[in-house]
Amino acid sequence: MRSFVLAAAVGVAAALAAGNAFAGKDLDAIKARGALICGVPTGIAGFAAADSQGKWVGLDIDVCRAVSTAIFGESEKVKYVPLTSQQRFTALQSGEVDLLSNNTTVTLQRDTALGLDFTAITYYDGQGFLVPRKLGVKSAKELDGATICVAPGTTTELNLADYFRANKMTFKPVVIEKAEEIRAAFYAGRCDVYTTDVSSLAATRAANVPPPAKPEDFIILPEIISKEPLGPMVRHGDNQFADIIRWTQFAMLEAEEYGITSGNVDEMVKSENPTIKRILGVTPGMGKALGVDDRWVYNIIKQVGNYGESYDRHVGPHSLLKIDRGVNRLWTQGGLQYAPPIR
Amino acid sequence: MAVGSLGSSTTRTKVAPWNDPVIRGWVFQIVVVGLVGLLAWFLVSNTIENLQRQKIASGFSYLHREAGFEIGDTMIAYSPASTYARAIFVGMLNTLKVAVIGIFLSTILGTMIGVGRLSPNWLLAKICECYVEMFRNVPLLLWLFLIYKLISEAFPGPRQAINVLNSFFLSNRGLYAPVPLADPTYHWMGIAFLIGVVATVFVKRWAKKRQDATGQPFPTIKTGIGLIVGLPVIVWLLGGAPHHMSWPHLKGFNFDGGIVIQPEFTALLIGLVLYTSAFVAEIVRSGILALHKGQSEAASALGLSRGQVMRLVLLPQAMRLIIPPMTSQYLNITKNSSLAIAIGYPDLVAAVNVTINQTGQAIENILIIMAAYLSVSLSISAFMNWYNKRIALRER
Repeated sequence: MRSFVLAAAVGVAAALAAGNAFAGKDLDAIKARGALICGVPTGIAGFAAADSQGKWVGLDIDVCRAVSTAIFGESEKVKYVPLTSQQRFTALQSGEVDLLSNNTTVTLQRDTALGLDFTAITYYDGQGFLVPRKLGVKSAKELDGATICVAPGTTTELNLADYFRANKMTFKPVVIEKAEEIRAAFYAGRCDVYTTDVSSLAATRAANVPPPAKPEDFIILPEIISKEPLGPMVRHGDNQFADIIRWTQFAMLEAEEYGITSGNVDEMVKSENPTIKRILGVTPGMGKALGVDDRWVYNIIKQVGNYGESYDRHVGPHSLLKIDRGVNRLWTQGGLQYAPPIR
Repeated sequence: MAVGSLGSSTTRTKVAPWNDPVIRGWVFQIVVVGLVGLLAWFLVSNTIENLQRQKIASGFSYLHREAGFEIGDTMIAYSPASTYARAIFVGMLNTLKVAVIGIFLSTILGTMIGVGRLSPNWLLAKICECYVEMFRNVPLLLWLFLIYKLISEAFPGPRQAINVLNSFFLSNRGLYAPVPLADPTYHWMGIAFLIGVVATVFVKRWAKKRQDATGQPFPTIKTGIGLIVGLPVIVWLLGGAPHHMSWPHLKGFNFDGGIVIQPEFTALLIGLVLYTSAFVAEIVRSGILALHKGQSEAASALGLSRGQVMRLVLLPQAMRLIIPPMTSQYLNITKNSSLAIAIGYPDLVAAVNVTINQTGQAIENILIIMAAYLSVSLSISAFMNWYNKRIALRER
């Protein structure tokens, strides 16, 4: 009996302690821990996937690495937690991860009712349809009655239902949680169509088609049925941490705009351009205002690269996916990626 | 302490309150209840406070909002324009469907295998033993993945579907079968069927009474089949013998018309039944083995056949040992059906998970899941306890 009372007391104490830890600032917790915990997708080539050495690589991963560089000056102080579309918000709400870089679409509902905040948009995407070429379908308007594979708990699932309702068509969903399982079901012919963001469709077509089938045996239909702006998310309550993530993305865009790359950053430090001097911390003040080292951008560009480098490496011409830069070009080149000035 | 005063409370020796076992017992219990209450209060208030601080929405009003997502397998009318409450209800019905059919099939299969393991036929006994060891020693989730992969990989696409008599089509989209078009006669046939069942029960009671009194057996089984099958057939003929069917046919991507049994449901049902019947078999076997072997010897000595010995003497007695552990297996089937999420069958958990994700209200939704499973499980338990009491040995 006595030992039980003791155990109960210990339990209460532990619960109280956990409550206190929760009340602390996220950034302080990350610094004390010495590592950033990043929630990433369970496997989307180009965005977050393990390479041949088992190292996480991709556009989503570079977001985590850049934030780690801003906070610690080192890009590898990150712990990755793969999360399915259904687990991700709860994991962030409960404090299991510090940051969600999980191909998550920015929506009003998610920004408000979930108690979470989006920072910046890292990739402008849209929802499309992947079909086997031999099906002979040329347009999404011909998909009446189709069986469609879709991941649960996504904006994709809702857009799909909206699109078919708006066009007075019907469909049968096959809803499986894990990305690998749903792709397997699609390639096995359980569904006629696989729908998700076009970038992920390109990724799966490039990387997951089971032999002997070839990537050319599958086509992405021309219709883009939704806007899917993807971006990292944080919990409410630590605005400084959210600022760091937001400005990390802006810094990578600014660097690209001013031609600073991982290759020339050491020369750029000697530049006389006042903007570049401010960005790279030669003129101090910017990092201090953000609460990080003044050389934060220098470190990010040196270790991770600017936005264009990251894009080209993972989803652009230097990758398997070869997705056209499209609307993700800088605003100076007719795209949507536009960063507020670092000053 | 006076040993002689044991058992009489009037002559109890006076002790200090902290040494009095009664008072001490009370104090400890109050402390424990207080601590548990404190812990519960702490958890609830802390959760509410954290939710408010993080501005996470709460309350159940979302249940009346439009769900917006489609569900692949529904027993009642549902569309993306329906509410979250209806989506969850659709999931609940799907869970019940697979659980009820699963319980029914695994009881039959499990009993057959359990009895088979006791068979004097060496081959049959060994096959049953292999079955039990194979299925109960591998996690259910792996069986589900295997069966689902087999169905989706092994069967052809809808356009190359395996065609049986131009009316049944088997493909990786499921089994399509013809189904009668709706007709009012079918309602009356359903009622006739129920009347047949009730009448059979009465006939059985009457036959047993007569056999107890006169020793005359009555062909109850044949009469029962006649009543249960015959009455609906007569109603069908009286209703003008409606025979218009909805036939499955290829239309666009898929089959249209008829009725479909989807691969996700099939995989889940097969997995649950194969897995659970291994446990049921062991329960049945242990129930039978627990009986004294004099029972079967005496029954054989009376001239009963092996089947009759099993049916009339052994199984009725074994039932009393079988029912309580069987209840746990029925509960397991119901709860294990939540593994459906791995292979995409839209059960309760799947519907609620999507709802959690779209609304972000995890706590409320988890409470709904828990309440739903709890009420189903308690209903099963209550029914099984009632049945157990009914067949219990009545000492005279």
